[in-house]
Amino acid sequence: MKEINNRGLACPQPVINTKRALEEINQGTVISIVDNETAFENVKRFAENAGFNITTAEKNGAYYLTITKGEGNGPVEVVAPVCETSQVVYLFTSNTLGSGAEDLGETLMISFFNSLLEKNPPRVLMLVNSGVRLAIQQSRVLEQINKLVERGTEVLACGTCLDYYKLKEQLAVGRITNMLEILDNMTGGDRVITL
Amino acid sequence: MGPEVLAQVLRDLPSNTDPNLLVGLDTSDDAAVYRLNSELATIQTVDFFTPMVDDPYLFGQIAAANALSDVYAMGGTPLMALNIVCFPSCLPPELLGDILKGGAAKVSEAGAIIAGGHSVQDDEPKYGLAVTGVVHPDKIYSNASAQAGDLLILTKPLGTGIINTGIKADMVEQEMIDKAVKTMATLNKDAAAVMVNVGASACTDITGFGFLGHAAEMAKGSGLSLTVFAEAVPVLPGAKELARMGIIPGGAYQNRKHLGESVFVEEGVTREQVDILFDPQTSGGLLIAVKPEQAHKLLKELHQQGVLESQIVGELKEPEDHLISILRRDYRYERD
Repeated sequence: MKEINNRGLACPQPVINTKRALEEINQGTVISIVDNETAFENVKRFAENAGFNITTAEKNGAYYLTITKGEGNGPVEVVAPVCETSQVVYLFTSNTLGSGAEDLGETLMISFFNSLLEKNPPRVLMLVNSGVRLAIQQSRVLEQINKLVERGTEVLACGTCLDYYKLKEQLAVGRITNMLEILDNMTGGDRVITL
Repeated sequence: MGPEVLAQVLRDLPSNTDPNLLVGLDTSDDAAVYRLNSELATIQTVDFFTPMVDDPYLFGQIAAANALSDVYAMGGTPLMALNIVCFPSCLPPELLGDILKGGAAKVSEAGAIIAGGHSVQDDEPKYGLAVTGVVHPDKIYSNASAQAGDLLILTKPLGTGIINTGIKADMVEQEMIDKAVKTMATLNKDAAAVMVNVGASACTDITGFGFLGHAAEMAKGSGLSLTVFAEAVPVLPGAKELARMGIIPGGAYQNRKHLGESVFVEEGVTREQVDILFDPQTSGGLLIAVKPEQAHKLLKELHQQGVLESQIVGELKEPEDHLISILRRDYRYERD
């Protein structure tokens, strides 16, 4: 058992100390002692969301958080939580969002993908026509798409379109698909949003 | 300071009786407004704080954007500003020079001027501005004049307090820091211009009391209740993950304590969504109450003027059991 004295420490230090102590052990118990409500709430949130067992007690004006790491509980890396993929399919028909000024459309597309990262990841992104440019090496939303893929989203790029724009070699994420598969995804019963 | 302590201290101050003081302490509004004549009122506001980013120039920009925001939230135009500086003698003066340059750049972007200031020696650097603005006395945007049925538009994403706490813990990726800094350094100028142009019922800006603290003041001041659409609220990338890890500033808990039982949370709304709604904001966006038939027009024009993250995030209602209800729902609207 390991005791960590976080008395007198301000947020976020108690969380960092507790996290570090739990990372150092394979299994066992860490008692984190804090003396203010913010630190108490924050350490509690950290432990609960990381999947550890936790009990709390208050004595002599301090909070004692007893956190147990056992086999099979407590994934230490909780920065990127795995989300369920919601059953939404996006069909991108262009590399810009909406019709109008080209540079505005590009900015809006970046903003769209940034926002998408805040929601549950969609099941599939389908890219047709100039939409395939979203998944090439030079794409300004490549990083966002990669993050969605990490969280379970599938990316399908239209092969005919990649051929037409001569971009097949530059496809950086996802796999090449055909119209039949695109159609299957559109009629498979998921919610299809066309952009 | 937390809203609870502040309310207690301010209670003992003598109240004002001057009829020309159009907006004072009573409604917890953003700035004081004093009528000079039937055509002109002056807006006065002051704000300063300790650095939340390492770069002194960016800190200056953020502090200035934050101080100017109160004028915009009243529907006014900033005219001039005075610097307020606390600075330790042990730090290089060039650092202060960069802070002031950042502040001056934002004041200039606002179309106002810096006319002087005051400095004191202190252990920790602090910077901010006292800002003077003007507004027509009949066109003041109070935070207490919302109507039942109004929709609420928020013009910047939330989460700056959580991200700033995460920066201290060295747990935020550079990309996310950049996004938060950009949000904080953005003036509410364009958002306010669109609001004044389209028209709205009430307005406030989101700062230290968090989204819910400032929304509560609007609802209470207007004698109404308020519903928040949790899924519709724009949030900075990374803030939810940090909240889940317990990287939440103490101010968020103070804000929660202050509202206590007056907030209802629907089942299914996640704890981090609620934490973010209580998160104290630095240089947050405007919270605008607008008639439902005007809301989509206002939102569309905000987007067209580059206030891209604006969203409809709630609505005002006749008084209910709870001052604020946080519902799980999203808000969608049909684009023309």
